Amino acid sequence: MPRLVSHPDEVKIVTSRFGKGAAKIDTYLELGGYASARKALAEGAEWIINEMKASGLRGRGGAGFPTGMKWSFVPKQSAKPKYVLVNGDESEPGTCKDHLIFLHDPHAVIEGTIIAGLAIGAKTGFIYLRGEYRYLIQIVERAVADAYERGFLGKNIFGSETEFQVIVQTGAGAYEVGEESALMESLEGKRGVPRIKPPFPAVVGLYGGPTVINNAETIATVPHVLAMGGAAYAAVGSERNGGTRLFGLSGHIERPGVYELPMGYSLRKMIYEVGGGVRGGRKLKAVVPGGSSTPVLLPEEIDIGMDFDQVGKAGSMLGSGGVVVIDDQTCMVEFALRTISFYQHESCGWCIPCREGTDWLKKSLTRFHAGFGTEKDIDNIQYLAENMMGRTFCPLGDAAAMPTLGFVKKFRKEFEDHLHGKPCPFAHHPEVVLV
Amino acid sequence: MADVTFIVDGKTLTAPAGTLLIDACRKAGIEIPAFCYYPGLSLQAACRMCVVRQEKVPKLQTACTTPVADGQVFITESPEIAQARKATLQLLLGNHPLDCPVCDAGGECELQDMTFKYGAGESLYVEAKQHREEQKWSPAVYFDRPRCILCYRCVRMCGEGMDVWALGIQNRGVTAVIAPNGGDHLDCEQCGMCIDVCPVGALTSGTYRYKSRPWEMKHVSTVCTHCADGCKVTLGVRRANDGMEIVRADNRDKSGINGDFLCAKGRFGFDFVESAERLTQPLVRNSAGVLEPTTWEKAIRHVAKRFQEILSARGAGSMGVIGSTRTTNEENYLLQKFARTVLKTQHIDHERTADYATFHGLLVGSTGRAASLKEIAAAPAILLLGGNPTEEHPLLAWSLRSDVRLNHARLYVANTQAIRLERQAAQSVRLSDGGYEKLVRGLSGDEAALAGLPGAAAFRDALAGEESLVVICGAEFRGAALAAPMRWGLSRPQVKFALLSDGVNARGAADMGLYPDLMPGYQLLAGDRPIHTEYAGMPTTSGKDYAAMMEAAGSGGLDGLLVVGADPFAALGVAEGALKDTFLVVQDCFLTRTAAQADVVLPTASLYEKTGTVTNSYGDVQMVRKAADKAGVKPDFEILVRLAGAMGVDVRMLVPFGDAQGARADMGQTRGAQAGEADRHAVWLAANGLEPKLSPFDPLAILDEVERLVPEYKLDRLNLFAGNESTTEPGAGFVSVESLLQRKDGVVATHPGLFDSGLLSERTSALQEIRRHQEKLAVAAD
Repeated sequence: MPRLVSHPDEVKIVTSRFGKGAAKIDTYLELGGYASARKALAEGAEWIINEMKASGLRGRGGAGFPTGMKWSFVPKQSAKPKYVLVNGDESEPGTCKDHLIFLHDPHAVIEGTIIAGLAIGAKTGFIYLRGEYRYLIQIVERAVADAYERGFLGKNIFGSETEFQVIVQTGAGAYEVGEESALMESLEGKRGVPRIKPPFPAVVGLYGGPTVINNAETIATVPHVLAMGGAAYAAVGSERNGGTRLFGLSGHIERPGVYELPMGYSLRKMIYEVGGGVRGGRKLKAVVPGGSSTPVLLPEEIDIGMDFDQVGKAGSMLGSGGVVVIDDQTCMVEFALRTISFYQHESCGWCIPCREGTDWLKKSLTRFHAGFGTEKDIDNIQYLAENMMGRTFCPLGDAAAMPTLGFVKKFRKEFEDHLHGKPCPFAHHPEVVLV
Repeated sequence: MADVTFIVDGKTLTAPAGTLLIDACRKAGIEIPAFCYYPGLSLQAACRMCVVRQEKVPKLQTACTTPVADGQVFITESPEIAQARKATLQLLLGNHPLDCPVCDAGGECELQDMTFKYGAGESLYVEAKQHREEQKWSPAVYFDRPRCILCYRCVRMCGEGMDVWALGIQNRGVTAVIAPNGGDHLDCEQCGMCIDVCPVGALTSGTYRYKSRPWEMKHVSTVCTHCADGCKVTLGVRRANDGMEIVRADNRDKSGINGDFLCAKGRFGFDFVESAERLTQPLVRNSAGVLEPTTWEKAIRHVAKRFQEILSARGAGSMGVIGSTRTTNEENYLLQKFARTVLKTQHIDHERTADYATFHGLLVGSTGRAASLKEIAAAPAILLLGGNPTEEHPLLAWSLRSDVRLNHARLYVANTQAIRLERQAAQSVRLSDGGYEKLVRGLSGDEAALAGLPGAAAFRDALAGEESLVVICGAEFRGAALAAPMRWGLSRPQVKFALLSDGVNARGAADMGLYPDLMPGYQLLAGDRPIHTEYAGMPTTSGKDYAAMMEAAGSGGLDGLLVVGADPFAALGVAEGALKDTFLVVQDCFLTRTAAQADVVLPTASLYEKTGTVTNSYGDVQMVRKAADKAGVKPDFEILVRLAGAMGVDVRMLVPFGDAQGARADMGQTRGAQAGEADRHAVWLAANGLEPKLSPFDPLAILDEVERLVPEYKLDRLNLFAGNESTTEPGAGFVSVESLLQRKDGVVATHPGLFDSGLLSERTSALQEIRRHQEKLAVAAD
């Protein structure tokens, strides 16, 4: 089990049960578990949605869509069954928060799923776990089985007339399936490519039924929101960014780990106080603020609060909350190559700009990094990325293009230096094989 | 849906709400490029070529997935949009092999066209392209993988359109590749639809690849010769040392009744034209009893002389005539006219494959009861009794599938065997032998008849709820068995009918009166209709039918027999030498079993080498245009005219050619491969009230007479000559069913398969190779 980290600035809401053995249902109950679900059952859908709206909770998957509003979009009457879908396909490099939730507090996900189901009138929830998280499936399945055994799931949840079933499903290893409609395709047993929208999942989703799909962290937050009240939860965070967020600090930092901090927490403080500063006392070169798909920030851009709006204003995205710290010994060309290699490998291949664009970016950067680049390559790389932006079928294309653009624009000088200090001005670059 | 109004490039457009922007634009003449979008197939939004700018929307939108709504404002051409399309093309071309100079699609490639338009001319990359080896999926389909741009048209056409689902996608990202269901080969119907929809040269035809360039061919749209559905097929022809050869057949001209569709026979079954077994010289049996090549002049003179001798020695009724289901309406009409008025005989028949006489008789007096193929394809509900369209009538199967898929039509299937179309059926019942009769009685209200037929009651109830219905009967329905369901249908107001047959002009042969007891238009031999006046002097007692003629000839009862395009020796199992006392003349493309017994064999042009019209199972009359040309052969029409001429008959009596002033201009003999101009000219002539009947060999010269004497052939000539279908109206006939039901239907069903059309498919090496491929797969599956 990974070492848990802690810092006094943390506001432990979602992580409050981490490290306390809450994967066991008895412990979870001792720690106040399933009280929110019971309360939700008693109060009804309208109350749940109002509390969620009041909480200001925004989707923790990356896009930051207000959760309460999302739930309210689901039609009340539907000929087809409605579903709740938990997106546990956490795959963004730099992000490792959901995995901790499943590990330490799986019942919070189950309880959140039940509440979401009550809110939209669904009888079935699916927990879709990333294929590579195979080692978590036993834990989650155990938790679901325990919840069934206690009567929290099934035909009559908590002894009521209400039915709610939960099914756990794993993927087969595709970043693309983190996109909500691709996840539904995958869950239905098909090739994991996204669907055309509209219709949106709230209207036509899984198996054609209205579906609410939320990130695992969002769902795990729900019971806490109801327990403390929407308004109280909102008060923890910044304006229009309710509550806390699980930030994953990684990269060249002294104390890497997942920290639960209020929304709007200073990025500078996060790096230098919570994370203990750049590893080895080195100088900060750049920060990736929200997982590998978000554009890089420079040291002079880190005096911002970490919420969706402020990071957006700084020209990047809060994304999945994976903060990657880069020190001054890092080759940004190599970093760009590593990033694009991931997206090239994960592109589903459906649409042209992403399928071909990620591949040519990878090829160009590989050659460039190995010291065979030309002046024109830098423009070409930028041109490619610019022409992928906003042109692809799903956000993966943007996810690949955005960081690349950031690297080229903000570190163009380093790209140019790279050309002259062939092959790489930094000593520690790994062997790169030309393709 | 209500119409909405929106603005595209400053123009105000109106379309039903929910119409896709790309369709609305294309209808309005605004071009939106697209690779993956294909009308009638599911949406992909994968190629990103159709991006447009929508006002108040931050990103470019794909026109293929944008339903129009009131007040929307779009821009489809701007520097921003052109750049987006150019960038996408640059990405595509990055891995594309750019082997356009040798690529089959070069010159008719959508990727080329778009690159030309958006000018993605410079290469941004220096890395090696991704190369993958070419694959042979079957004798019909080859896949050149690097050329593929992954538009998924083939995958959808195979799955959604053909309901075969033989293609899929393997791997992901830049390694994603279209793959066939057999791993490295295709286990499917080999229809080649995937080749047709491929926008580039990734999927290529086994019969065409690396043979020609599109601009070296002349593309002639005509009618496929293989089955009774009558698909329009585009033949690519090119000069050869003995005429014009067919290099390719495809569905380039999608204006036909078949729309997007063409099956394996239509697409790959044309090389019989070039078969080494093809006859190209008349053969006359010499004194040693051997068939010896001779000239046309000698052969024609010889036949004419012998016919005259027989006529003068034995008189009327001494000769017989057997026609075919592969010859044109004009030839069939002329053949029976030649028989009745020149040979003075009623021993006339053809290889009947469906009981159109009964079908016609039942419809007499009613209007709008016969369903054309287009009506079937758009019908809200269809009852399919018997038949096996997927195997025997591929276009009908396609039309029914598309109707169900796109128009939400309800298909009802009743059959004694399992057929593929049950998959599309709203309801289906499986009957035992004799079950049709019980089912029809049940439909007519006889409750007891349905006892013991599982699902039949629900089937009947569902049909009772259908206001508008098309009833399609398989060829096995004839006589009383055909009359029963038709009478049930006629008792309801909005029921139309179709009867399936085999042979490209099976319906036309019947309509043109190749019967011993029925004149053209199923008119009786005796009567006071115009035809009886014009055919004055012909015998009026019924002649012998097909089998009876062969029997009579075998026992010395017929002195002469003219067989045009039929093979009675093979069809009836006649023993060799059985007709040695009969003067046997055979007109055919090949030395069939019958031809081998003949005294004179006259080599004929195939349907791809002549002009005329044919009528499909559904009564759609279509123009056949001469595409190929082969030195030495002649159309049956010309042969008959020359025979009559050599017999001293006034040819103008037979073929009313030339105008009152006696013009003799020949506009290309039979409107042929080189006479596209003549056809256009014909349209002009017709539009100006003139008739393009200038040569006795011009089969269209006789169409006037057909229209005048055959009541159901009231053809829309402009439409017909322009390449569209003109539908017959069987209800316009005169003969009541009572006079027809008593007669022998004489139908011999042939049940051709997907790769089989008898004589022609057997001599088509491409189809034979596909058959061997399919047989190998079947063995492997066992």
